[in-house]
Amino acid sequence: MKLSREEVLHIALLARVGLAETEGEKLGEQLSNILENFEVLQPVDTSDVPPTTQSIIRHNVMSDDEVTPSLSQDEVLANAPQKEENFFRVRHVLEQ
Amino acid sequence: MEVSSILNQKRLTIHEAHDLLKTRQLSSVELTKAYLERIREIDPGVHAFVTVTDELALKQAQKADEIIARGDIGPLTGIPGLIKDNICTRGVLTTCSSKMLANFVPPYAATVVERLEAGGAVVIGKANMDEFAMGSSTENSALFTTRNPWDLSRVPGGSSGGSAAAVVAGEVVYALGSDTGGSIRQPAGFCSVTGLKPTYGRVSRYGLVAFASSLDQIGPLTQDVTDCALVMNAIAGHDPRDSTSAPNPIPDYTHSLKTDLTGLRLGIPREYFVEGMQTQVADAIRAAISQLEELGATVDWAVSLPHTRYALAVYYIIAPSEASANLARYDGVKYGFSYQDTDNMWEAMEKTRQYGFGPEVKRRIMLGTYALSAGYYDAYYLKAQKVRTIIRQEFDEIFKQFDALITPTSPTVPFKVGEKMADPLQMYLSDVCTLPINIAGVPAISIPAGFVEGLPIGMQIIGRPFGEETILQIAYAYEQATEWHKRRPSI
Repeated sequence: MKLSREEVLHIALLARVGLAETEGEKLGEQLSNILENFEVLQPVDTSDVPPTTQSIIRHNVMSDDEVTPSLSQDEVLANAPQKEENFFRVRHVLEQ
Repeated sequence: MEVSSILNQKRLTIHEAHDLLKTRQLSSVELTKAYLERIREIDPGVHAFVTVTDELALKQAQKADEIIARGDIGPLTGIPGLIKDNICTRGVLTTCSSKMLANFVPPYAATVVERLEAGGAVVIGKANMDEFAMGSSTENSALFTTRNPWDLSRVPGGSSGGSAAAVVAGEVVYALGSDTGGSIRQPAGFCSVTGLKPTYGRVSRYGLVAFASSLDQIGPLTQDVTDCALVMNAIAGHDPRDSTSAPNPIPDYTHSLKTDLTGLRLGIPREYFVEGMQTQVADAIRAAISQLEELGATVDWAVSLPHTRYALAVYYIIAPSEASANLARYDGVKYGFSYQDTDNMWEAMEKTRQYGFGPEVKRRIMLGTYALSAGYYDAYYLKAQKVRTIIRQEFDEIFKQFDALITPTSPTVPFKVGEKMADPLQMYLSDVCTLPINIAGVPAISIPAGFVEGLPIGMQIIGRPFGEETILQIAYAYEQATEWHKRRPSI
């Protein structure tokens, strides 16, 4: 399984991770090498096997609908890179 | 009493420090000051601490002394502990050893930290780790590499390398770590301390920065097995703020500390004595198992868990997949590093993640994104989840016949700084004995079991789901019959 340059860039786009030119090439090689190792799973017979999402299974954990204290706006915004009044400041989402 | 001179001669355990505090031979403030002094002295060589919380620790120590004066002393009251830097501490920097969170000060504390503090514990600092807990050596820390106190040219293991190194170097009495594929047990083995990964759901993950949510667990790194039981008593138990937290009642883990193993059935899975394992490591573990036999356990030396060979691939599909989803939250908007030099939203996000994450974190996000992407989901992620079921079922079956399984913690002794950084797969292989345990969700402990040319070897004891008591008993019996846990590096 050899990843092409286009595939590496596509994954980076999906993950929203910017890559420097040299970084992309090296990552492509390393990922290809790791993916090749994953091939060992293909021959394992899993035809009647359900997937595991949780090792110790719990179902439908419910909590009472009670009002409990939450963080103040100041605390929530304390780590914000950019804020305005009581809000997180974000860049334009829609193109103008 | 001259506290610093005690610390230079020996490493205090929690129970020893407790006795000194209880009998008023020293105060928590004196004890805390002595540890702060020792950190100042030796951490410039070990590099275990990201943050030393001098002020907070002394304030907590003062409060502990008041509690002790009232006669309300608990097992951890007044005793300095270290918290891995991916566990949130209210008002105290929590970096995950990442540039992404280099300035992040959590507005809340993890449940485990609240529980320790409710018992009068003293938090003396935050421990270095591989960035976002991804790694086996602390070399992936964006800040610095922690050194192994037994040999400063070698790694302490990872990702909880700072926690393990600080405990064995006597910079702190005990530490908390987290374990997603071996991150408590492998450094415990590399540094010769006791490290427990509890059953999935036994300890609350609330406030643990998420890496792979179906695998992560918090657990103790301690000087001995008694201390491990004491820390478990403090941190284990149901937490409504973590919906995967188990409601099962918690026993008093110190009741498991017995030295007779009569009637216990131990299995030795042959797949864990892997190809490429150092023969001295395998020999030391076989010798340790013979000793368990002498202590009364019956041992079957030829047990098989045939799907163990698929665990590495299963883990490195599932963990990065979950990580790619969990780390999507680092977008430079709400907290953390934020690239400012653009007005374009997408560019800001991509550059934030390009400069905020280190190479291994990016590698795993990319790997996980690929495994979850259209056209590959069934072949990678779903396939791995199905093989995960088979691995779990193998453990279920084998635990019908055995009370615990014994294996090496790692295939080798600690390696040199830089030795495995060029090839990610070689690094991944150092967790080959610990990964299957997280895949199955069962508990496992690593305890000191010998040395090769001055470098530590860890023995892993694996138990049934919620079988912490049994593995603590086996660990305690072995520890009491041996001297390995008393050896300390000459740092």
